[in-house]
Amino acid sequence: MSDWIEACTADDIDEEDVMRFDHAGRTFAIYRSPDDEFFATDGLCTHEHVHLADGLVMDDIIECPKHNGRFSYKTGQAKGAPVCVNLKTYPVKVEAGKVLIQLAS
Amino acid sequence: MTAGMVIIGGGECGARAAFALRENGYAGSVTLIGAEKHLPYERPPLSKDTMISPEHPLARTIAGEDRFAEQDIRFVAGTTAIGIDREAKNVILAGDNRLAYDRLLLATGAVPRPLPLAAASRHCACLRSYDDALAIRAQLQPGARIVIVGGGFIGLELAASARQRGAVVTVLETQARILMRGVPEEIAAVIAARHRQEGVLIRCGVAIAAITDKDIGVTITLADGEKLEADLAVIGIGALPVTALAEAAGLETANGILVNAHLQTSDPDIFAAGDCCAFPLALYDGRQVRLEAWRNAQEQGTLAARNMLGLCEPHLAVPWFWSDQYELGLQVAGLADEGARTIRRDLGDGAFILFHLAADGRLVAASGIGPGSSVARDIRLAEMLIARSACPDQAHLAAPDIKLKSLLAA
Repeated sequence: MSDWIEACTADDIDEEDVMRFDHAGRTFAIYRSPDDEFFATDGLCTHEHVHLADGLVMDDIIECPKHNGRFSYKTGQAKGAPVCVNLKTYPVKVEAGKVLIQLAS
Repeated sequence: MTAGMVIIGGGECGARAAFALRENGYAGSVTLIGAEKHLPYERPPLSKDTMISPEHPLARTIAGEDRFAEQDIRFVAGTTAIGIDREAKNVILAGDNRLAYDRLLLATGAVPRPLPLAAASRHCACLRSYDDALAIRAQLQPGARIVIVGGGFIGLELAASARQRGAVVTVLETQARILMRGVPEEIAAVIAARHRQEGVLIRCGVAIAAITDKDIGVTITLADGEKLEADLAVIGIGALPVTALAEAAGLETANGILVNAHLQTSDPDIFAAGDCCAFPLALYDGRQVRLEAWRNAQEQGTLAARNMLGLCEPHLAVPWFWSDQYELGLQVAGLADEGARTIRRDLGDGAFILFHLAADGRLVAASGIGPGSSVARDIRLAEMLIARSACPDQAHLAAPDIKLKSLLAA
């Protein structure tokens, strides 16, 4: 079973930026890439529990606001110290200006 | 080269260097010598999470034993190097055991600056290690009277943690205000107000005349004769670089082990990095600085490893540190005292950033405070502007609706 959840509208996020989305007791980060694609990952850094949506997006990298841990938000891959655990990613689609993310059940 | 790489110091910097040697393809032997019995661990939580976590706090290791094994890094715990024989290129360990090196990294860190008045006291503590943290934590009981000597980061983070554990906290500072070093007054005032709101008594401009142990607790006598009673006094008056080994080996030191921009000491086969070294910052005309900061320890450990392998890269990073107290997050990029004038940017929710500009308009530092990570993104962008010696438009800096990112593109 899969569940598509509306996270925000496409206009809520600038290009090369990120916003936080909380749903059902969980927290996610939704990204808009410089080439206008949308992505979603778990909202908290895998190093310390810090909200990634407060961090800086550069190209396809999200940088943790606290300790500069870097991840690819497209693949979730951790890019080196201090982060070594990858970030979980979620499928995203945009329909009628709405950004939907798929939370596997 | 056959003897391999030796790193003295099993903290953040030394551990990062060991792994960075492997990440950069080094296949020879790597030995990391740590004075503590623990695997290398992260120190930043010691004054915060380690103090307040409801469960018994574990040291947050930088890497587990499995990773040391997998990377073939030999970690020697609980061992102090007692000398360096530069001629033979040996590190001398206790029992006259010798360890040969091709290149040596000194990542010996810093130790708390001792307060001579507290030397004989059993009720005075310092915070540097995980073991120190556990000993202090055990005394942070509801109602316990804790006096913190020194209104710097360690003292204030500990004050916040002690309050959250229900202790009664007094902070004594000899200077006219807290955080004199490295934090602008406007931001120090926000932090002081937050502590006062939590009931922490901050007393600035006070000097200590005597510290006297009692059966239970300690009496701290101030210069004007007033006596403060405490169950525990924590001394947080700064840190001193650990340079004894370097000095005995005849390496140049001056408030730290002196290194060039490549982190090389006066002996080209010996490098130094992290809290223990004084290095030139190209960004500020080669100003010699020593940084006691987590990120610097990481960056310099990584860079030292690369340069031990002959890459010859200069340290160019912008200094950066953070502090968390209660829900407040402080971040500073650059050296604020290089600034001639200040521009303030308000981010809402009480969060703000001070941009410090040199007389010629260059952005040289940015200091920010606010709830959680609210200042992080703009501080990070400021750091990038500082790194490129940008002269941003002052009106743009002050206007929160103008994205800092757009100034980077300019």
